[in-house]
Amino acid sequence: MANILVYALHYDGAINKNSLGAVSEGAKLAAEIGGEAHAILLGENVPQDLAATLGKYGAKKVLVAEGPEGLAQPLVDAMAAAIQGGGYSYALFGGGLLGFEIGAGLAARLNAGVAMEVTNVRAEGGELIAERPILGDSAISEIKYRSDVGIIIGRLNAFEIKQSGDADAPVEQLSFELSPQAQQATMVTRGEQRGADVDIEGADILVAGGRGLGKAEGFELAEALAAAFGGNSAVAATRAVVDAGWYPYAAQIGQTGKTVSPKLYLAAGISGAIQHKVGMQSSENIVAINKDANAPIFEFSDLGVVGDLNKILPKLTEAVKAKKGS
Amino acid sequence: MKICVLVKEVPDAAVEKKLNPSTGRMDRSGEKNLNPYDTHAIEAAMQIKEGGAVPVEEIVAVTMGPDSAVRALHKAVSLGADRSVHLSDEAVAGSDVAATGYALAKTLQRESPDLVLLGQQSDDGECYTIGAVVAEHLGMPSLTQVIKMDVESEALRCERQAEYGYDTVQIKLPAVISVGDAINEPRYPSLKAIMGAKKKPLDSVTTGDVEIDASKVGGDNSAAQWVAAKAPPSKAAGEIIEDEDTDETVEKIVAWLDERKLI
Ligand SMILES: Cc1cc2nc3c(=O)[nH]c(=O)nc-3n(C[C@H](O)[C@H](O)[C@H](O)COP(=O)(O)OP(=O)(O)OC[C@H]3O[C@@H](n4cnc5c(N)ncnc54)[C@H](O)[C@@H]3O)c2cc1C
Ligand SMILES: Nc1ncnc2c1ncn2[C@@H]1O[C@H](COP(=O)(O)O)[C@@H](O)[C@H]1O
Repeated sequence: MANILVYALHYDGAINKNSLGAVSEGAKLAAEIGGEAHAILLGENVPQDLAATLGKYGAKKVLVAEGPEGLAQPLVDAMAAAIQGGGYSYALFGGGLLGFEIGAGLAARLNAGVAMEVTNVRAEGGELIAERPILGDSAISEIKYRSDVGIIIGRLNAFEIKQSGDADAPVEQLSFELSPQAQQATMVTRGEQRGADVDIEGADILVAGGRGLGKAEGFELAEALAAAFGGNSAVAATRAVVDAGWYPYAAQIGQTGKTVSPKLYLAAGISGAIQHKVGMQSSENIVAINKDANAPIFEFSDLGVVGDLNKILPKLTEAVKAKKGS
Repeated sequence: MKICVLVKEVPDAAVEKKLNPSTGRMDRSGEKNLNPYDTHAIEAAMQIKEGGAVPVEEIVAVTMGPDSAVRALHKAVSLGADRSVHLSDEAVAGSDVAATGYALAKTLQRESPDLVLLGQQSDDGECYTIGAVVAEHLGMPSLTQVIKMDVESEALRCERQAEYGYDTVQIKLPAVISVGDAINEPRYPSLKAIMGAKKKPLDSVTTGDVEIDASKVGGDNSAAQWVAAKAPPSKAAGEIIEDEDTDETVEKIVAWLDERKLI
């Protein structure tokens, strides 16, 4: 049977949104190739009722495996065991980080083909074809699978969350063995929040700052501009500056941060890497200030300003204040 | 401890990446360079060696690629690797991620490393995943996107950002770690190191030398088959302002925002 096994990441009593998208997409695709979508969760005492809710997104069955959370290799073991049990033609992952690691490890274990950063999947003649943007999103490649099992890793927010019913799915316990390699890694602390707990998801106007701000103090320019806009505005950041400790993790947009869609997103000193873009591309208006005319961010900006942010931001702040005062 | 660093030759950052319309594959002509993300992996190896927490006997740069990839190895050696290994064989050309990871794992197996380091992504392939494939074939634990790595006895304490914040993971050696670009600031090679790089041992191996099953590698044997490439949906180009007179620029920005009632 052409079933699809979908990985569902859960944390702190909730299923990850990208996993809900993947389950919804899996259910849609499975129907098109004449199979069922099953979801799999792994953790320490995964709540059965949480697992069962995936039925609402189209999962016909949910497998629950017992093992250490937040690490990829235990899931490679569990998913390989489920797939070797038979019936699965594809494994599907939503965007994120763990899914990339699990999907790739599973490809190696099963000698299976893998495509990552997939933005669209089509069913054709009972098979799935994955579409993956390449070369800085300047082209889209189409990938077919020659292996018994095909592995599809989605890009963040690529798959739409769709609740298709109200019924819970039956939950089954999956027994499997941890591989030696999976026993060599231990989670010490998970999900540490670095920096202040700021809210960027509720803001209408986001001034986002990147490495181009030069140093942590550079964020003062972004904060001054956000303050000038006033009202419901906030400051956001890229992973590069969060990793560097310049700004709080809670303010990060992107693949391992938040997804936002404000009325105005204004970037200062941000190159526009794909992992950042996936978290903000549905913003209503995108403005970018960057001194490099070839920066990828200009490919998806509504207004691009080529210039030095150190010259532009202070004057822009004054001009916005003046406009508001008038 | 013996550290192997996986490095790749990629088109130089200044070269526009495009498809070759006749093959539908990437056009690999033009200037090439060592994948910039891999310099962080070499630097991480050097810092372990210089940190002195564990003695490092050797740092070996390993690549799979065409003849020209030798230059990436020279660069890796100029940045600190003691020697290098080049898997060079027509049979591996066109391999997908899974086949590339398999071939690299077989090449690494002969070296028996205690630690394999990789970059966070290749600038051309952008798969983020070779590390996970290599680790599975070697039967080693692994973690990607690591931005802090402390060597403890027989283990590494690694930090990285994942979906819900920063994770700290303890990984026993031998292990495969791909490092994020925030882990360090790579050094520049000295002129002496650049000049000396070509004199360091470079071992060129074929699939047979490292017992790669040739039926599992190469474009025709790869399980993920690239069938076609197409242009993305076209999007109206945005407006561009070149900042010459900043007062004027700011006026234009404000007018643009005002038109859309954003102020
Ligand atoms: C698995 C994975 C997950 C990731 N998750 C995320 C994520 O969630 N969020 C995220 O943002 N990134 C993420 N990244 C990282 C991403 O790939 C980029 O590295 C990052 O977004 C770059 O941040 P940046 O734009 O601040 O820095 P850079 O790419 O260094 O860009 C800085 C820009 O500033 C410009 N600049 C410099 N000085 C000035 C000046 N004076 N005036 C104007 N412009 C100037 C430069 O031209 C440059 O374009 C992830 C990467 C991976 C591999
Ligand atoms: N052909 C190759 N030879 C050696 N190392 C490679 C090769 N391809 C990828 N890598 C390594 O894998 C990392 C991640 O690449 P990728 O998964 O393609 O984004 C790179 O930073 C390199 O360290």
